[in-house]
Amino acid sequence: MSPQVAGQIELLGQVLISGILLGGLYALIGLGMSLIMGVMKIINLAHGELMMVAMYITFWAFTLWKVDPYVSLLIVLPLMFLLGVGIQKYLLAPVMDANTVLPQNQVLLTVGLGLVLSNLALLLFTANYRSVPVSYASKTIYWDIKMGGQTISLSFSFPFLVAFGIAMVLGALLFLFLGKTDTGRAIRATAQDKRAAALMGVDTKKITMITFGLGTALVGAAGALLDPVYYLYPQIGGPFTNKAFVITVLGGMGNIPGAILGGLVLGLAESLGSVYISLGYKEAFGFVIFVAVLIFMPKGLLGKGRA
Amino acid sequence: MKSSRFLLPFALVVILLIPAVVKSPYLLHMLILSMLWVVLGQSWNLLGGFTGQISYGHAAFFGVGAYTTGIIVKLGYSPKVAWSGLLFGGLAAALIAALIGWICFRLRGPYFSLSVLALAEVLRIVAINFKALTNGAEGILYLPAFNGKAYYYYIVLALVTVNFLVIRSVMRSKLGFYFLAIREDQDAAESLGINPTRYKLTSLLISAFFTGAGGAFYMNYLGFIDPGIVFSIPDISVMMILVTMLGGAATFWGPAVGAVLYILCSEFLRVWLPSGHLIFFGILIIAIIIFFPNGIVGSLNDLKARKKRRLAADAAAATPTAPSVAA
Repeated sequence: MSPQVAGQIELLGQVLISGILLGGLYALIGLGMSLIMGVMKIINLAHGELMMVAMYITFWAFTLWKVDPYVSLLIVLPLMFLLGVGIQKYLLAPVMDANTVLPQNQVLLTVGLGLVLSNLALLLFTANYRSVPVSYASKTIYWDIKMGGQTISLSFSFPFLVAFGIAMVLGALLFLFLGKTDTGRAIRATAQDKRAAALMGVDTKKITMITFGLGTALVGAAGALLDPVYYLYPQIGGPFTNKAFVITVLGGMGNIPGAILGGLVLGLAESLGSVYISLGYKEAFGFVIFVAVLIFMPKGLLGKGRA
Repeated sequence: MKSSRFLLPFALVVILLIPAVVKSPYLLHMLILSMLWVVLGQSWNLLGGFTGQISYGHAAFFGVGAYTTGIIVKLGYSPKVAWSGLLFGGLAAALIAALIGWICFRLRGPYFSLSVLALAEVLRIVAINFKALTNGAEGILYLPAFNGKAYYYYIVLALVTVNFLVIRSVMRSKLGFYFLAIREDQDAAESLGINPTRYKLTSLLISAFFTGAGGAFYMNYLGFIDPGIVFSIPDISVMMILVTMLGGAATFWGPAVGAVLYILCSEFLRVWLPSGHLIFFGILIIAIIIFFPNGIVGSLNDLKARKKRRLAADAAAATPTAPSVAA
């Protein structure tokens, strides 16, 4: 094998690795959105902004008290859960049955909420780009493969690897929770048929609150995990809200395993596209896949979502 | 309703005479911006309020209209020719809308709302990267065709009038009833022989055309385009929703009331709260949804209807007692 071919394989391998690792984080964002969409049948257009809030909590915990971003998950998860429960209880639930001509009142409300959150951050923390300078930010692990007389060397970014691992653990925990616990079953029942669930004695109001809290906590975790590998600024939420619903549509709306698949597909698409097509259009690749899925398989890649 | 018969011609004369009397460029600027926002609000209202298809990305159509105009100048035509952007910008926006509508309106659920939001983002990315056509992030800058606000005042007045008349005549025709039927119950509408995909698309095309024309006017008026502003989700898309909701969705006069209040608010905020004006609008959106979901005009209409019902109930209560007194 010639060195050129080996170089190409190395590049491709590297691109696939970074795509999958990034996809793991996207999956976490998509899981939160999909959970909320499944139970509440609404899209949360403040999803990215909630992630931004978690990123700032992690940032300040690190800057003020030197709390490691991964340790700060222990603070971020409960805080974000409570924030989500509060939003559902005091903002979204009251407008559920409002008598109005305009549909999607709750979604419009999340638009307003996103606007408030991102601009509050702008006012409090300025538009400066910030980062969390952890000691292991640029630590990499190498993996050498001997192939046809050439050595192919692949590198794994340590913080991305950890983030991917934690994301997968959180995803697995979510599966266990939804599958094995009473509350988890109640959430799935509410997602399937809210009225029937209520008739079976499920407190759907409480379940909806827990669901929104969980979704917020999941995207918050993604924010905390992103901090060591990304930079943060008040307007970071918008693009991530877009990514969240691209992932959700890819996986099929309200489909939990689909959200993980959708996250990985989006991560791979962005990674492949920005290397082989053009870096400037990185954010647009997700949309191209999104439109293709809408045309050819509107129920999502797994064909199980609601269309 | 006799008073309104005199009020309307009187108001028209006043509106026509304003530039002859008001010489303050600042005041005229405010009026021009208000009318531009009336166009945007009305267009969003046709699709969102009357047809029930919520768009979070109308900035896509606004930006396409603005860029069409900018590109006409960039290709070497004079800024006077760029006024044809009012037509071509509208058509370009309608073309993009036709594509996205054709893909999304076959599906139920939030697909359209999401796609159009993503569309605005993608167009912004394209506008930044496709430098040969758009000058990228620098934007396009040229000297506007007219020197003096009065010209722009009359042009935007014409645009807002045409827009209003088109929407009102559509809403008073069969087409309008189809739109309302689709908003209220798509299944019922379909079972009565209304093709939802076709009529949602019709509503979207009209809405996108006028939004694009609004974008073209914006470009012709300011002579400057910035991809981050014309495709902005918070500054354009969300504010179009705010304008409509503040005034009253699915009412004829709501967007006009909303637009004037919006321009007044943003002027005050520009002075008093320069970096936080979007917080105010965010809170305003939340407050409207919780307390005044039908907006100002909508709430007034509700109040009127309630008063009428009460009067009718009083009259009904009064009639049976009358004979008993006589007896």
